[in-house]
Amino acid sequence: MSDTERRAILERYSSGERTNHWLIALGFVLAALSGLALFHPALFWLATLFGGGPWTRILHPFIGLFMMVVFLPLAASVWGDNRMQAADWQWLRHLQDVVNNREEHLPEVGRYNAGQKLLFFVIGACLAGLLLSGLVIWRAYFSLYFSIGVIRLASVVHSVCAFVLICAILLHIYAAIWVKGSLHAMLRGTVTPGWAWKHHRAWFRQISHAAHPRTRPD
Amino acid sequence: MALQSLDIVRRSATTTAPPGVREAYTGTVAKLIDTTKCIGCKACQVACMEWNDLRDEIGSNVGVYDNPGDLSGESWTVMRFTEYENPKGDLEWLIRKDGCMHCADPGCLKACPAPGAIVQYSNGIVDFHEENCIGCGYCITGCPFDIPRISKRDHKAYKCTLCSDRVAVGLEPACIKACPTGALVFGTKEDMQQHAAERVEDLKSRGFERAGLYDPPGVGGTHVMYVLHHADQPQLYAGLAADPHISSLVGLWKGASKPIALAAMAFTALAGFFHFVRVGRNEIDERDEAAARQALEAAPPHNAPPGPGAPPILNSPHNPNPDKRP
Ligand code: HEM
Ligand code: SF4
Ligand code: SF4
Repeated sequence: MSDTERRAILERYSSGERTNHWLIALGFVLAALSGLALFHPALFWLATLFGGGPWTRILHPFIGLFMMVVFLPLAASVWGDNRMQAADWQWLRHLQDVVNNREEHLPEVGRYNAGQKLLFFVIGACLAGLLLSGLVIWRAYFSLYFSIGVIRLASVVHSVCAFVLICAILLHIYAAIWVKGSLHAMLRGTVTPGWAWKHHRAWFRQISHAAHPRTRPD
Repeated sequence: MALQSLDIVRRSATTTAPPGVREAYTGTVAKLIDTTKCIGCKACQVACMEWNDLRDEIGSNVGVYDNPGDLSGESWTVMRFTEYENPKGDLEWLIRKDGCMHCADPGCLKACPAPGAIVQYSNGIVDFHEENCIGCGYCITGCPFDIPRISKRDHKAYKCTLCSDRVAVGLEPACIKACPTGALVFGTKEDMQQHAAERVEDLKSRGFERAGLYDPPGVGGTHVMYVLHHADQPQLYAGLAADPHISSLVGLWKGASKPIALAAMAFTALAGFFHFVRVGRNEIDERDEAAARQALEAAPPHNAPPGPGAPPILNSPHNPNPDKRP
């Protein structure tokens, strides 16, 4: 054990949660790359990664379903921590401070901040949209049950949801790089008390059973 | 049908110019289907099977003369029969040879995500190159006439080629050769329009005042055209679209929104990079750790393993069993 590891650590994600998260990440990357191959000609070369156009077409919906299935347990476990509260809206009003690393002016953050909560709901909504529309445009098995108008609408919905999801995940990935220690939390499960104190103080207080002085009205 | 001897004006999922230096100076081609002369003998269906070596599965009678009941990967043209009772109370048997219309503005080609799976030749023929087809069925979504079909045998999309292989070597399509009544004719589009005009005039003189040519402008005109006795009501002919055009949803899906969305995704990634460059990472420092330590000492976590020097591993709602931690 190195010196830094010997320091106090807090568990943020269990090994189960970490496995779950990275399975979703794997599903997302594969679903996004195979989907983007068909999204625009400029990205058709991505089909090579999956063994060519026909294999990309065959594999993509199954990869999408895989992502959907592994997302469910995570969604169930973090649902409760992702409900928006009054302090979250206040946090969002301070977005300028957030992006400029000025956390002093922000309300205390629980296990997740408002940005993470919104991301969670955006991902959930997009995945629901992708699932429903994806089934409709799945020619091999399901398209025959839908009228041409519904299929056309689903094609648009699928593209829009994929676009929003990809943008949201790009932000999510950058946030993990930006807030130092987050990536480690998801890779090894732990954070330092200072990290929790700075970024998720309400959560820190909750798990440390520390006194909960309210210095600010929420 | 793959072919190098014709020249390409449009190629699916391709953003640069396709090879097209040679042009169709003698004009584009067209097939004219004169529904008023058709007797529904299906010789054209047979000729299509024969020339293209297609043998569909033998189906069952669906209660009408349509046989097979629909287009398929192995049936590229189907005669559609409609029994129409006109306002005078007379029965009219309207027979329409269904198949690809070879649109000047082809929705199938615009929707196709596979480079070169669908091409439009300079002579007007829209052709599928199945070796590039990935079987996604986007062409079906894009087509305003519900024409392409994915074959169950190889999961590729097929439709009428307008016998591009025959036309390329100066022959007329197989169906044209087989038609016994002259209901099918083939030539330059201009000639076909002229011929149709004569036919329409003749029909009008014989009581079909609404006779006309079906060459729908919504898809830029077509290279398969119909002479109809009731050109004011194309829907009578087994639901032929009155005003076909590429659906606005398909336009939204495949139009300018795509490159804009691509740019927005690239921009999102770049925004992250430049945030990193301009603002930098959000890091904790010793003061945060010290403050946290102070808070921990003020209120030690219950469940923390006792003893000096032991790391205070904390209980959390997500780790009911903190003893398992290293
Ligand atoms: C339940 C999950 C999903 C199903 C059933 C599904 C199904 C499909 C199908 C059937 C297609 C048409 C191509 C093909 O036949 O393979 C498609 C296209 C696509 N999918 Fe999915 N998909 C799912 C999830 C996802 C996810 C998670 C993404 C991630 C971003 C995604 C992104 C895309 C994109 C970008 C396209 C191309 C859209 C276009 O052509 O405009 N899909 N999907
Ligand atoms: S009728 Fe359909 S398949 Fe034929 S060219 Fe037009 S859009 Fe394409
Ligand atoms: S199924 Fe249709 S849209 Fe898809 S690749 Fe084949 S020709 Fe193109």
